[in-house]
Amino acid sequence: MANLKELTKKDELLCGGHRACAGCAAPIVVRQALKALDTPVVVGCATGCLEVTTTIYPFTSWNVPFVHSAFENSAATISGAEAAYRALKKKGKITRDIQFIAFGGDGGTYDIGFQSLSGAMERGHDMVYICYDNEAYMNTGIQRSSATPKGASTTTSPAGKVIPGKVQFRKDLTAVMAAHNIPYVAQAVPSQWNDFITKVQKALAVEGPAFINVLAPCRLGWQFDPAETIDIMRGAVETCFWPLYEVENGVWKVTHKPREKKPVRGWLEKQGRFRHLFRPENEHIIEEIQADIDRNWAALLARAGAA
Amino acid sequence: MSKRVAITGNEAVAQAMRQINPDVVAAYPITPQTEIVQIFSTFVADGNVDTEFVTVESEHSAMSATIGASAAGARAMTATSSQGLALMWEMLYIAAGLRLPIVAPVVNRALSAPINIHCDHSDTMGARDSGWVQIYSENAQEAYDNLIQAVRIAEHADVQIPAMVCMDGFIVSHGMENAELLDDHVVRSFVGQRTPRHSLLDVDNPATFGALDFADWYFEHRRQLADAQTYVKGVVLDVAKEFAKISGRNYGLFESYRLDDAELAVVVLNSAAGTAKAVVDDLRQQGMKAGLLKIRLFRPFPHDEIVAALAGKKAIAVLDRADGLSTMGGPVFVDVRSAMYDAPGPKMVNYIYGLGGRDVDTEQIAGVYWDLARIAETGKVTSPVTYLGVRE
Repeated sequence: MANLKELTKKDELLCGGHRACAGCAAPIVVRQALKALDTPVVVGCATGCLEVTTTIYPFTSWNVPFVHSAFENSAATISGAEAAYRALKKKGKITRDIQFIAFGGDGGTYDIGFQSLSGAMERGHDMVYICYDNEAYMNTGIQRSSATPKGASTTTSPAGKVIPGKVQFRKDLTAVMAAHNIPYVAQAVPSQWNDFITKVQKALAVEGPAFINVLAPCRLGWQFDPAETIDIMRGAVETCFWPLYEVENGVWKVTHKPREKKPVRGWLEKQGRFRHLFRPENEHIIEEIQADIDRNWAALLARAGAA
Repeated sequence: MSKRVAITGNEAVAQAMRQINPDVVAAYPITPQTEIVQIFSTFVADGNVDTEFVTVESEHSAMSATIGASAAGARAMTATSSQGLALMWEMLYIAAGLRLPIVAPVVNRALSAPINIHCDHSDTMGARDSGWVQIYSENAQEAYDNLIQAVRIAEHADVQIPAMVCMDGFIVSHGMENAELLDDHVVRSFVGQRTPRHSLLDVDNPATFGALDFADWYFEHRRQLADAQTYVKGVVLDVAKEFAKISGRNYGLFESYRLDDAELAVVVLNSAAGTAKAVVDDLRQQGMKAGLLKIRLFRPFPHDEIVAALAGKKAIAVLDRADGLSTMGGPVFVDVRSAMYDAPGPKMVNYIYGLGGRDVDTEQIAGVYWDLARIAETGKVTSPVTYLGVRE
């Protein structure tokens, strides 16, 4: 369990002054994740919003060693750094304990970087991979990804006259990562900061790979008021659109069960990307989204023995 | 004591890697490089090296992990061929741009399509503008020697550029040859330890690797990379001098074979040079003033030295084991001819040969010299680019 008072005393390892949009969730994800650390860390990052907004030469927001090499290989790059650490520690050239965290957006994680992530997790590197999932390729201007939810309008799945936004349901990446049988997998969101930071602490503590999927609303892509980022996160949890759970050594556990599961309709209404769904001819899609959430939530509860 | 052994190119390279004992190797198998990875795996499994061997799921991840390891201050290596190098292509530029002194043997193999596992140079020629140092090797001995020297070249303080050491797939990688291997301790003391200027693991001095450059800085950083290339040839020669002391074997930027008094010269890379040398000997006996220039350092291109060596020749043929598909000849030809533009003008022609492992024999190379003799006599080039040994 994290203690808020203690956390505020910790150094800010991601400095202000970066160029992320007002209301962007990605830096919140990073700041909270790095608050979980008690040992030095090496951070890797995929090409994307987080990388381009925090490392504009000759400036950097990172108060920790940081490496970015390309888009699809944050996991592979950090796996190499972790291998170097093991080699140099064995030779006595490094004496400190160092942690390794790789960040990637949903593009760099669910899609183009999926092979690299899967490989690194299977090889068992002692690293934590944190996906900041903003549910589309936001850095290139809001194109759909396999994390984009059904019905969302993006620039490559626009709500048109015959196709009402993204046709497919999103990929359940957290479950896919759990199927790698790695020691720790979790789904989190910064609005539930204690739940998230505790999960990062657990992920860092395990020996071997860990994966945390963190919902990171994008105010431009999702189209909401930048002041509402945290509320949007809360709504995702309360509707069970983004359930909070962990899979620790194969044991599934729901870490936050909403007191009252709210209908998704109200949450969708707050986001411009779903606006077209409220036209009469598209209302059925809202029902399909609700049915999908209900099905997945029930399946999760059953899996976690909490039904 | 060094020892003379019968060894294949792949075995020789794997032995060099064992003796270099890198901190990290991240590699993926591909014909004809596979044996290097397999043999090195046994060194790891038997505890003959201290290396962390990262068994990546692709060549893209091989180069990415090697980049991560090198940025973390490790001496990091990989090895590949053909499609594997092509899959690394994006990351090759990044390794060079981040100034990481990675060393990689590359076993030359044709690129698809059509798929073909045999030798040509289209793989490494495709990487020639990536910023990597490229060193070519005629045989297993040279591949072994070059790989050991490449560590010192890449890591030199004035260089800090990754280096690939190329040898011909199957012809050298799988051919058994006599070669002399140095003692382990001699190699280890020759390559020494890597002392990185910056490291990800230096947590007290956090540095950002791979920052975003806009138009206000990108050009300067690329210019610095270009500037570093100008130091490479001097370092290659210095390292060769030191290597001669431990091995008795001498290396330069290229090898001149009976070239000084030659009137007709052939320029070639890798194993075909062996065949060409036999042709030169034969033609010399027949009274032809034939000579050969075998390029060792192709990137950066030692243009001044090559021009000095070829100046005054009557006719020159450049043999390319890769096609540029520009209708203007292969990549080596384009570079050599461009370098020779300001030299008093020998006639120059290009031969594309040996694609996809097609054998090139002494008769064909002798034919090239006879073509040169005709060109020298008439002053006329009828075919600037010729495909040698292909069914037309």
